[in-house]
Amino acid sequence: MTSDPALSGLTGTIRHDEIVPARAPWLHHVGAGEVLRIVDLEGNQAVDFLIYAAADDAERYSAQDTVAAQGNLFLRAGAVLLSNEGNPLMTIVASAVDYHDTIGGACSCESNTLRYGHHTRHQHACVDNFLEANLIQGRGKRDIVSNINFFMNVPVEEDGTLGIVDGISAPGLTVDLRAEMDVIVVVSNCPQINNPCNGFNPTPVRMIVAVA
Amino acid sequence: MSAPLADPKTARAHARAQGNTRIETMPILPPVADDLPAGVDPGDLVWEETVAPGGYTSRRLARGTRLRLIDKAGDACASLNIFNADMPTERLNVADTVKVQWNAYLGAGKLLLSDMGRVLMSILEDGAGTHDTFCGVSNAAVNTRKYAEGRNSGAYPNGRDRLILGAAKHGLTRRDVHPCVTLFKGTTIAADGSITPVIGPFAPGRAVLLRAEMDVIVVIANCPHVLDPRPAYHSAPLRLTAWRGPMTPEDDPVRGATPEALRAYLNTEDYYRR
Repeated sequence: MTSDPALSGLTGTIRHDEIVPARAPWLHHVGAGEVLRIVDLEGNQAVDFLIYAAADDAERYSAQDTVAAQGNLFLRAGAVLLSNEGNPLMTIVASAVDYHDTIGGACSCESNTLRYGHHTRHQHACVDNFLEANLIQGRGKRDIVSNINFFMNVPVEEDGTLGIVDGISAPGLTVDLRAEMDVIVVVSNCPQINNPCNGFNPTPVRMIVAVA
Repeated sequence: MSAPLADPKTARAHARAQGNTRIETMPILPPVADDLPAGVDPGDLVWEETVAPGGYTSRRLARGTRLRLIDKAGDACASLNIFNADMPTERLNVADTVKVQWNAYLGAGKLLLSDMGRVLMSILEDGAGTHDTFCGVSNAAVNTRKYAEGRNSGAYPNGRDRLILGAAKHGLTRRDVHPCVTLFKGTTIAADGSITPVIGPFAPGRAVLLRAEMDVIVVIANCPHVLDPRPAYHSAPLRLTAWRGPMTPEDDPVRGATPEALRAYLNTEDYYRR
Protein backbone atom coordinates (compact mmCIF):
# COMPACT_ATOMS: atom_id res chain seq x y z
CA MET A 1 0.00 0.00 0.00
CA THR A 2 1.20 3.47 -0.67
CA SER A 3 1.10 6.36 1.74
CA ASP A 4 0.87 8.98 -1.02
CA PRO A 5 -2.33 10.89 -0.23
CA ALA A 6 -2.71 11.86 -3.90
CA LEU A 7 -3.43 8.21 -4.71
CA SER A 8 -5.97 7.77 -1.96
CA GLY A 9 -9.18 6.22 -3.21
CA LEU A 10 -7.84 5.28 -6.65
CA THR A 11 -8.35 1.58 -7.37
CA GLY A 12 -6.43 -0.57 -9.80
CA THR A 13 -2.96 -0.20 -11.22
CA ILE A 14 -1.36 3.21 -11.69
CA ARG A 15 -0.15 3.17 -15.30
CA HIS A 16 0.78 6.82 -15.61
CA ASP A 17 1.83 9.48 -13.11
CA GLU A 18 3.22 12.78 -14.38
CA ILE A 19 3.70 16.35 -13.22
CA VAL A 20 2.58 18.89 -15.80
CA PRO A 21 4.72 22.00 -15.39
CA ALA A 22 3.09 25.36 -14.79
CA ARG A 23 1.83 27.02 -18.01
CA ALA A 24 2.35 23.88 -20.13
CA PRO A 25 0.16 21.80 -22.44
CA TRP A 26 -0.48 18.07 -21.97
CA LEU A 27 -1.96 15.39 -24.23
CA HIS A 28 -2.75 11.83 -23.24
CA HIS A 29 -4.79 8.89 -24.46
CA VAL A 30 -7.13 7.49 -21.82
CA GLY A 31 -8.71 4.12 -22.56
CA ALA A 32 -12.34 3.24 -21.90
CA GLY A 33 -12.77 2.38 -18.24
CA GLU A 34 -9.54 4.04 -17.12
CA VAL A 35 -9.65 6.82 -14.53
CA LEU A 36 -7.72 10.07 -14.89
CA ARG A 37 -7.10 11.94 -11.65
CA ILE A 38 -6.06 15.58 -11.77
CA VAL A 39 -4.36 16.83 -8.60
CA ASP A 40 -4.47 20.58 -7.92
CA LEU A 41 -1.08 20.47 -6.23
CA GLU A 42 -0.82 24.02 -4.91
CA GLY A 43 -4.49 24.99 -4.98
CA ASN A 44 -6.63 27.04 -7.37
CA GLN A 45 -4.82 26.18 -10.56
CA ALA A 46 -7.17 26.33 -13.57
CA VAL A 47 -6.81 23.25 -15.76
CA ASP A 48 -8.32 23.88 -19.19
CA PHE A 49 -9.55 20.58 -20.60
CA LEU A 50 -10.68 19.26 -23.98
CA ILE A 51 -11.65 15.70 -24.93
CA TYR A 52 -11.67 14.05 -28.38
CA ALA A 53 -13.05 10.63 -29.32
CA ALA A 54 -9.98 8.58 -30.24
CA ALA A 55 -11.81 6.80 -33.06
CA ASP A 56 -13.00 10.04 -34.73
CA ASP A 57 -11.61 13.27 -33.39
CA ALA A 58 -14.25 15.37 -35.16
CA GLU A 59 -16.34 14.09 -32.26
CA ARG A 60 -15.28 16.09 -29.22
CA TYR A 61 -16.39 17.46 -25.88
CA SER A 62 -19.41 19.72 -26.19
CA ALA A 63 -20.03 22.14 -23.35
CA GLN A 64 -23.43 22.95 -24.81
CA ASP A 65 -24.60 19.34 -25.08
CA THR A 66 -23.27 18.64 -21.57
CA VAL A 67 -24.94 21.54 -19.74
CA ALA A 68 -28.21 21.19 -21.65
CA ALA A 69 -28.45 17.49 -20.78
CA GLN A 70 -27.80 18.07 -17.08
CA GLY A 71 -29.75 21.32 -16.87
CA ASN A 72 -26.92 23.05 -15.03
CA LEU A 73 -23.81 25.07 -15.88
CA PHE A 74 -21.62 23.59 -13.16
CA LEU A 75 -19.79 20.27 -13.25
CA ARG A 76 -20.14 18.30 -10.05
CA ALA A 77 -19.41 14.70 -9.10
CA GLY A 78 -21.58 12.50 -11.31
CA ALA A 79 -21.54 14.84 -14.31
CA VAL A 80 -21.36 13.15 -17.70
CA LEU A 81 -19.17 14.94 -20.23
CA LEU A 82 -20.97 14.60 -23.57
CA SER A 83 -19.66 14.92 -27.10
CA ASN A 84 -21.10 17.03 -29.91
CA GLU A 85 -22.85 13.86 -31.10
CA GLY A 86 -24.47 13.38 -27.68
CA ASN A 87 -22.28 10.44 -26.60
CA PRO A 88 -20.65 10.16 -23.14
CA LEU A 89 -16.89 10.76 -23.36
CA MET A 90 -16.02 10.78 -19.65
CA THR A 91 -17.79 10.85 -16.29
CA ILE A 92 -16.71 12.83 -13.25
CA VAL A 93 -16.71 9.96 -10.77
CA ALA A 94 -15.35 11.97 -7.86
CA SER A 95 -14.52 15.57 -7.09
CA ALA A 96 -13.07 16.97 -3.90
CA VAL A 97 -14.02 20.42 -5.17
CA ASP A 98 -17.72 21.28 -5.12
CA TYR A 99 -17.96 22.31 -8.77
CA HIS A 100 -15.98 23.15 -11.90
CA ASP A 101 -16.55 25.62 -14.76
CA THR A 102 -18.06 25.12 -18.22
CA ILE A 103 -18.48 28.69 -19.48
CA GLY A 104 -15.18 30.51 -18.91
CA GLY A 105 -13.46 29.16 -21.99
CA ALA A 106 -9.74 29.28 -22.70
CA CYS A 107 -7.66 32.42 -22.53
CA SER A 108 -5.96 33.47 -25.75
CA CYS A 109 -3.47 36.09 -26.81
CA GLU A 110 -6.29 37.61 -28.83
CA SER A 111 -9.01 37.65 -26.17
CA ASN A 112 -6.49 38.91 -23.61
CA THR A 113 -6.13 42.10 -25.67
CA LEU A 114 -9.87 42.65 -25.25
CA ARG A 115 -10.05 41.76 -21.58
CA TYR A 116 -6.94 43.55 -20.32
CA GLY A 117 -5.34 45.57 -23.10
CA HIS A 118 -2.88 45.12 -25.91
CA HIS A 119 0.07 45.03 -23.52
CA THR A 120 -0.89 41.39 -22.87
CA ARG A 121 -0.61 40.34 -26.51
CA HIS A 122 2.66 38.46 -26.05
CA GLN A 123 1.83 36.69 -22.81
CA HIS A 124 1.45 32.92 -23.04
CA ALA A 125 -2.16 31.69 -23.18
CA CYS A 126 -4.24 28.51 -23.18
CA VAL A 127 -5.23 28.57 -26.83
CA ASP A 128 -1.56 28.49 -27.77
CA ASN A 129 -1.18 25.42 -25.52
CA PHE A 130 -4.23 23.75 -27.08
CA LEU A 131 -2.88 24.47 -30.56
CA GLU A 132 0.58 23.15 -29.74
CA ALA A 133 -0.78 19.88 -28.37
CA ASN A 134 -3.39 19.43 -31.09
CA LEU A 135 -1.10 20.24 -34.00
CA ILE A 136 1.13 17.28 -33.11
CA GLN A 137 -1.82 15.01 -33.92
CA GLY A 138 -3.02 16.91 -36.99
CA ARG A 139 -5.79 18.90 -35.34
CA GLY A 140 -5.87 22.68 -35.47
CA LYS A 141 -7.98 25.76 -34.87
CA ARG A 142 -11.16 24.11 -36.06
CA ASP A 143 -10.80 21.60 -33.26
CA ILE A 144 -10.72 24.10 -30.43
CA VAL A 145 -14.17 24.37 -28.90
CA SER A 146 -15.57 25.45 -25.54
CA ASN A 147 -13.49 23.71 -22.86
CA ILE A 148 -13.87 22.66 -19.23
CA ASN A 149 -11.94 24.59 -16.57
CA PHE A 150 -11.27 22.32 -13.63
CA PHE A 151 -10.70 24.14 -10.32
CA MET A 152 -12.03 27.42 -11.75
CA ASN A 153 -14.97 29.44 -10.42
CA VAL A 154 -17.25 31.51 -12.70
CA PRO A 155 -20.52 32.44 -11.00
CA VAL A 156 -23.47 33.98 -12.87
CA GLU A 157 -25.52 36.68 -11.15
CA GLU A 158 -29.20 37.33 -11.64
CA ASP A 159 -28.63 40.12 -14.15
CA GLY A 160 -26.30 37.82 -16.08
CA THR A 161 -23.07 39.37 -14.86
CA LEU A 162 -20.40 36.71 -14.88
CA GLY A 163 -16.66 36.56 -14.42
CA ILE A 164 -13.73 34.58 -13.10
CA VAL A 165 -13.47 35.05 -9.35
CA ASP A 166 -11.33 33.55 -6.59
CA GLY A 167 -11.28 29.77 -6.84
CA ILE A 168 -12.82 27.38 -4.32
CA SER A 169 -10.12 24.73 -4.57
CA ALA A 170 -7.17 24.13 -2.22
CA PRO A 171 -3.76 22.39 -2.25
CA GLY A 172 -4.02 18.68 -2.94
CA LEU A 173 -7.67 18.60 -4.04
CA THR A 174 -8.53 16.24 -6.87
CA VAL A 175 -11.04 15.41 -9.58
CA ASP A 176 -11.41 11.90 -11.03
CA LEU A 177 -12.64 11.28 -14.59
CA ARG A 178 -13.56 7.85 -15.95
CA ALA A 179 -13.30 7.45 -19.72
CA GLU A 180 -16.55 6.05 -21.21
CA MET A 181 -14.85 5.43 -24.57
CA ASP A 182 -11.26 5.63 -25.77
CA VAL A 183 -10.46 9.34 -25.64
CA ILE A 184 -7.67 11.83 -26.24
CA VAL A 185 -7.39 14.39 -23.48
CA VAL A 186 -5.80 17.77 -24.30
CA VAL A 187 -4.96 20.06 -21.42
CA SER A 188 -3.65 23.56 -20.95
CA ASN A 189 -2.25 24.19 -17.48
CA CYS A 190 -3.45 27.76 -17.60
CA PRO A 191 -0.75 30.46 -17.64
CA GLN A 192 -3.13 33.41 -17.08
CA ILE A 193 -1.83 36.04 -14.66
CA ASN A 194 -4.35 38.86 -15.19
CA ASN A 195 -7.29 37.39 -13.26
CA PRO A 196 -7.69 35.10 -10.22
CA CYS A 197 -8.09 31.82 -12.12
CA ASN A 198 -4.65 30.66 -11.00
CA GLY A 199 -4.45 32.80 -7.89
CA PHE A 200 -2.16 35.05 -9.97
CA ASN A 201 0.46 32.31 -9.75
CA PRO A 202 0.38 29.46 -12.31
CA THR A 203 1.51 26.19 -10.67
CA PRO A 204 2.10 22.57 -11.70
CA VAL A 205 -0.58 19.88 -11.59
CA ARG A 206 -0.27 16.11 -11.37
CA MET A 207 -1.93 13.68 -13.79
CA ILE A 208 -2.49 10.09 -12.65
CA VAL A 209 -4.11 7.36 -14.76
CA ALA A 210 -5.42 4.23 -13.07
CA VAL A 211 -6.48 1.01 -14.79
CA ALA A 212 -9.08 -1.10 -13.06
CA MET B 1 -51.97 13.45 -60.60
CA SER B 2 -49.69 14.33 -63.54
CA ALA B 3 -49.99 12.99 -67.04
CA PRO B 4 -47.41 10.39 -68.12
CA LEU B 5 -43.95 11.96 -68.70
CA ALA B 6 -42.69 9.57 -71.31
CA ASP B 7 -40.31 11.89 -73.12
CA PRO B 8 -37.87 14.63 -72.08
CA LYS B 9 -39.82 17.49 -73.70
CA THR B 10 -42.95 16.53 -71.82
CA ALA B 11 -40.94 16.22 -68.64
CA ARG B 12 -39.43 19.63 -69.30
CA ALA B 13 -42.87 21.17 -69.74
CA HIS B 14 -43.96 19.58 -66.51
CA ALA B 15 -41.00 21.01 -64.65
CA ARG B 16 -41.38 24.48 -66.12
CA ALA B 17 -45.08 24.59 -65.28
CA GLN B 18 -44.09 24.66 -61.62
CA GLY B 19 -41.87 27.73 -61.90
CA ASN B 20 -44.35 30.33 -60.67
CA THR B 21 -45.05 28.57 -57.40
CA ARG B 22 -44.90 30.95 -54.45
CA ILE B 23 -44.87 29.73 -50.85
CA GLU B 24 -44.05 31.41 -47.57
CA THR B 25 -40.77 29.61 -47.00
CA MET B 26 -38.53 30.44 -49.95
CA PRO B 27 -35.90 32.97 -51.05
CA ILE B 28 -37.19 35.86 -53.20
CA LEU B 29 -34.98 36.60 -56.20
CA PRO B 30 -34.40 39.44 -56.74
CA PRO B 31 -35.14 40.38 -53.13
CA VAL B 32 -38.17 42.54 -52.39
CA ALA B 33 -39.36 43.78 -49.01
CA ASP B 34 -42.11 46.29 -48.28
CA ASP B 35 -41.11 46.82 -44.67
CA LEU B 36 -37.54 48.08 -44.85
CA PRO B 37 -36.66 50.56 -42.11
CA ALA B 38 -36.95 54.24 -42.96
CA GLY B 39 -33.85 55.49 -44.72
CA VAL B 40 -32.91 52.14 -46.27
CA ASP B 41 -32.77 52.33 -50.07
CA PRO B 42 -34.60 49.35 -51.64
CA GLY B 43 -31.66 49.16 -54.03
CA ASP B 44 -29.48 48.12 -51.09
CA LEU B 45 -31.56 45.07 -50.30
CA VAL B 46 -29.40 41.94 -50.82
CA TRP B 47 -31.32 39.06 -49.24
CA GLU B 48 -34.94 38.20 -48.57
CA GLU B 49 -35.61 34.61 -47.53
CA THR B 50 -37.94 32.81 -45.12
CA VAL B 51 -36.46 29.62 -43.71
CA ALA B 52 -38.84 26.68 -43.30
CA PRO B 53 -39.58 25.12 -39.92
CA GLY B 54 -36.77 22.64 -39.27
CA GLY B 55 -34.81 24.18 -42.14
CA TYR B 56 -31.48 25.96 -42.58
CA THR B 57 -29.72 28.47 -44.76
CA SER B 58 -26.28 30.01 -45.15
CA ARG B 59 -24.92 33.05 -46.89
CA ARG B 60 -21.87 35.26 -47.20
CA LEU B 61 -22.52 38.82 -46.00
CA ALA B 62 -20.28 41.81 -46.62
CA ARG B 63 -18.98 43.99 -43.84
CA GLY B 64 -21.58 46.63 -42.96
CA THR B 65 -24.56 44.48 -43.98
CA ARG B 66 -27.57 44.63 -41.67
CA LEU B 67 -29.32 41.29 -41.12
CA ARG B 68 -32.85 41.39 -39.71
CA LEU B 69 -34.27 38.14 -38.34
CA ILE B 70 -38.01 37.95 -37.72
CA ASP B 71 -39.75 35.23 -35.70
CA LYS B 72 -42.84 35.38 -37.89
CA ALA B 73 -45.22 33.19 -35.89
CA GLY B 74 -43.53 33.27 -32.48
CA ASP B 75 -41.99 29.80 -32.56
CA ALA B 76 -38.79 30.11 -34.58
CA CYS B 77 -35.42 29.15 -33.08
CA ALA B 78 -32.46 30.65 -34.96
CA SER B 79 -29.16 28.95 -34.10
CA LEU B 80 -26.16 30.73 -35.60
CA ASN B 81 -22.71 29.72 -36.65
CA ILE B 82 -20.65 32.68 -37.93
CA PHE B 83 -17.33 32.53 -39.81
CA ASN B 84 -14.79 35.04 -41.10
CA ALA B 85 -15.63 34.61 -44.78
CA ASP B 86 -12.00 34.98 -45.85
CA MET B 87 -10.50 32.71 -43.19
CA PRO B 88 -13.18 30.43 -41.74
CA THR B 89 -10.86 28.92 -39.15
CA GLU B 90 -11.78 32.18 -37.41
CA ARG B 91 -15.31 31.79 -36.15
CA LEU B 92 -17.77 32.69 -33.41
CA ASN B 93 -16.46 31.97 -29.92
CA VAL B 94 -19.28 31.79 -27.40
CA ALA B 95 -17.02 31.62 -24.34
CA ASP B 96 -15.15 34.77 -25.38
CA THR B 97 -18.47 36.47 -26.23
CA VAL B 98 -19.85 36.09 -22.70
CA LYS B 99 -16.55 36.39 -20.85
CA VAL B 100 -15.23 39.51 -22.59
CA GLN B 101 -18.59 41.25 -22.18
CA TRP B 102 -18.92 40.08 -18.56
CA ASN B 103 -22.49 38.91 -19.16
CA ALA B 104 -24.35 35.71 -19.94
CA TYR B 105 -27.16 37.30 -21.94
CA LEU B 106 -27.33 38.76 -25.43
CA GLY B 107 -29.28 41.89 -26.28
CA ALA B 108 -29.07 45.24 -28.03
CA GLY B 109 -25.54 46.58 -27.93
CA LYS B 110 -23.87 43.20 -27.43
CA LEU B 111 -21.20 41.83 -29.74
CA LEU B 112 -20.75 38.39 -31.30
CA LEU B 113 -16.99 37.89 -30.96
CA SER B 114 -14.65 35.66 -32.91
CA ASP B 115 -11.88 33.53 -31.45
CA MET B 116 -9.37 36.05 -32.76
CA GLY B 117 -10.44 39.01 -30.63
CA ARG B 118 -12.54 40.59 -33.36
CA VAL B 119 -16.23 41.47 -33.79
CA LEU B 120 -18.04 39.30 -36.31
CA MET B 121 -21.45 40.91 -35.82
CA SER B 122 -23.11 43.32 -33.42
CA ILE B 123 -26.68 43.35 -32.14
CA LEU B 124 -28.24 46.71 -33.00
CA GLU B 125 -31.82 46.04 -31.99
CA ASP B 126 -33.52 43.31 -29.98
CA GLY B 127 -37.29 43.00 -29.96
CA ALA B 128 -37.26 39.52 -28.44
CA GLY B 129 -35.12 39.48 -25.28
CA THR B 130 -35.06 35.69 -25.23
CA HIS B 131 -31.77 34.26 -26.46
CA ASP B 132 -29.45 31.44 -25.45
CA THR B 133 -25.66 31.21 -25.33
CA PHE B 134 -25.48 28.01 -23.25
CA CYS B 135 -27.45 25.07 -24.62
CA GLY B 136 -26.45 24.86 -28.25
CA VAL B 137 -28.45 22.87 -30.76
CA SER B 138 -30.16 19.53 -30.81
CA ASN B 139 -28.45 16.57 -32.45
CA ALA B 140 -29.64 13.28 -33.90
CA ALA B 141 -29.42 11.50 -30.54
CA VAL B 142 -31.51 14.15 -28.77
CA ASN B 143 -34.19 14.25 -31.48
CA THR B 144 -34.40 10.47 -31.66
CA ARG B 145 -35.04 10.44 -27.94
CA LYS B 146 -37.67 13.20 -28.12
CA TYR B 147 -39.41 12.58 -31.44
CA ALA B 148 -38.46 8.97 -32.30
CA GLU B 149 -36.13 10.12 -35.09
CA GLY B 150 -34.06 13.14 -36.07
CA ARG B 151 -32.70 12.55 -39.57
CA ASN B 152 -32.12 15.39 -42.04
CA SER B 153 -34.32 13.38 -44.39
CA GLY B 154 -37.16 12.96 -41.90
CA ALA B 155 -39.85 15.10 -40.32
CA TYR B 156 -37.87 16.07 -37.22
CA PRO B 157 -34.48 17.40 -38.34
CA ASN B 158 -31.96 18.37 -35.67
CA GLY B 159 -29.95 21.57 -35.40
CA ARG B 160 -26.46 20.10 -35.53
CA ASP B 161 -27.06 18.23 -38.79
CA ARG B 162 -28.59 21.39 -40.27
CA LEU B 163 -25.57 23.47 -39.27
CA ILE B 164 -23.29 20.86 -40.84
CA LEU B 165 -25.20 21.08 -44.14
CA GLY B 166 -25.21 24.87 -44.10
CA ALA B 167 -21.46 24.93 -43.47
CA ALA B 168 -20.83 22.30 -46.14
CA LYS B 169 -22.43 24.54 -48.77
CA HIS B 170 -19.46 26.85 -48.17
CA GLY B 171 -16.83 24.12 -48.29
CA LEU B 172 -16.67 23.65 -44.53
CA THR B 173 -16.90 20.37 -42.60
CA ARG B 174 -17.97 18.77 -39.32
CA ARG B 175 -14.93 20.25 -37.60
CA ASP B 176 -16.06 23.73 -38.53
CA VAL B 177 -19.41 23.51 -36.77
CA HIS B 178 -18.90 25.22 -33.45
CA PRO B 179 -20.79 26.12 -30.28
CA CYS B 180 -23.65 28.37 -31.42
CA VAL B 181 -25.75 31.22 -30.17
CA THR B 182 -29.52 30.89 -30.46
CA LEU B 183 -31.90 33.79 -31.01
CA PHE B 184 -35.62 33.82 -30.14
CA LYS B 185 -35.45 30.95 -27.62
CA GLY B 186 -33.76 31.74 -24.32
CA THR B 187 -32.32 30.32 -21.15
CA THR B 188 -31.92 31.92 -17.74
CA ILE B 189 -29.34 30.83 -15.19
CA ALA B 190 -29.92 30.63 -11.43
CA ALA B 191 -27.24 31.16 -8.79
CA ASP B 192 -26.77 27.41 -8.39
CA GLY B 193 -26.15 27.11 -12.13
CA SER B 194 -29.50 25.57 -12.99
CA ILE B 195 -30.76 26.37 -16.48
CA THR B 196 -34.37 27.38 -17.15
CA PRO B 197 -35.48 27.32 -20.80
CA VAL B 198 -37.63 30.20 -22.05
CA ILE B 199 -39.38 28.64 -25.04
CA GLY B 200 -42.66 30.54 -25.38
CA PRO B 201 -44.17 30.38 -27.91
CA PHE B 202 -44.20 34.14 -28.18
CA ALA B 203 -46.14 36.88 -29.92
CA PRO B 204 -45.61 36.84 -33.68
CA GLY B 205 -43.22 39.22 -35.41
CA ARG B 206 -40.37 39.72 -32.91
CA ALA B 207 -37.29 41.03 -34.72
CA VAL B 208 -33.55 41.15 -34.04
CA LEU B 209 -31.22 43.36 -36.09
CA LEU B 210 -27.57 42.33 -36.53
CA ARG B 211 -24.77 44.28 -38.22
CA ALA B 212 -21.88 42.48 -39.91
CA GLU B 213 -18.59 43.99 -38.69
CA MET B 214 -16.51 41.71 -40.95
CA ASP B 215 -17.13 39.84 -44.18
CA VAL B 216 -18.85 36.80 -42.71
CA ILE B 217 -20.51 33.53 -43.58
CA VAL B 218 -23.61 32.99 -41.47
CA VAL B 219 -25.15 29.54 -41.13
CA ILE B 220 -28.61 29.49 -39.55
CA ALA B 221 -30.54 26.43 -38.40
CA ASN B 222 -34.23 26.72 -37.44
CA CYS B 223 -34.95 23.63 -35.33
CA PRO B 224 -36.68 23.25 -31.95
CA HIS B 225 -34.54 24.18 -28.98
CA VAL B 226 -32.88 21.24 -27.28
CA LEU B 227 -34.75 22.05 -24.03
CA ASP B 228 -38.15 22.63 -25.65
CA PRO B 229 -40.44 20.84 -23.17
CA ARG B 230 -43.27 20.10 -25.62
CA PRO B 231 -43.55 16.46 -26.71
CA ALA B 232 -44.32 17.42 -30.32
CA TYR B 233 -41.84 18.99 -32.77
CA HIS B 234 -42.68 22.70 -32.87
CA SER B 235 -40.97 25.01 -35.33
CA ALA B 236 -42.12 27.99 -37.37
CA PRO B 237 -40.90 30.12 -40.29
CA LEU B 238 -37.88 32.38 -39.77
CA ARG B 239 -37.70 35.45 -42.01
CA LEU B 240 -34.34 36.90 -43.02
CA THR B 241 -33.87 40.29 -44.67
CA ALA B 242 -30.45 41.85 -45.28
CA TRP B 243 -29.38 45.17 -46.76
CA ARG B 244 -26.09 46.92 -47.36
CA GLY B 245 -25.06 49.52 -44.84
CA PRO B 246 -22.15 51.79 -43.94
CA MET B 247 -19.21 50.49 -41.96
CA THR B 248 -19.24 51.32 -38.29
CA PRO B 249 -17.87 54.80 -37.66
CA GLU B 250 -15.53 55.78 -34.82
CA ASP B 251 -18.28 57.46 -32.85
CA ASP B 252 -20.72 54.55 -33.08
CA PRO B 253 -22.35 54.01 -29.67
CA VAL B 254 -21.96 50.21 -29.73
CA ARG B 255 -18.28 50.55 -30.66
CA GLY B 256 -17.48 52.76 -27.73
CA ALA B 257 -19.87 51.34 -25.14
CA THR B 258 -17.18 49.57 -23.08
CA PRO B 259 -13.36 49.38 -23.08
CA GLU B 260 -13.57 45.75 -24.20
CA ALA B 261 -15.88 46.60 -27.11
CA LEU B 262 -13.60 49.40 -28.21
CA ARG B 263 -10.56 47.10 -28.29
CA ALA B 264 -12.55 44.51 -30.23
CA TYR B 265 -13.37 47.12 -32.85
CA LEU B 266 -9.74 48.30 -32.89
CA ASN B 267 -8.68 44.70 -33.57
CA THR B 268 -11.30 44.36 -36.32
CA GLU B 269 -10.32 47.62 -37.98
CA ASP B 270 -6.68 46.61 -37.72
CA TYR B 271 -7.43 43.35 -39.54
CA TYR B 272 -8.78 45.32 -42.49
CA ARG B 273 -5.92 47.83 -42.47
CA ARG B 274 -4.07 46.92 -45.65
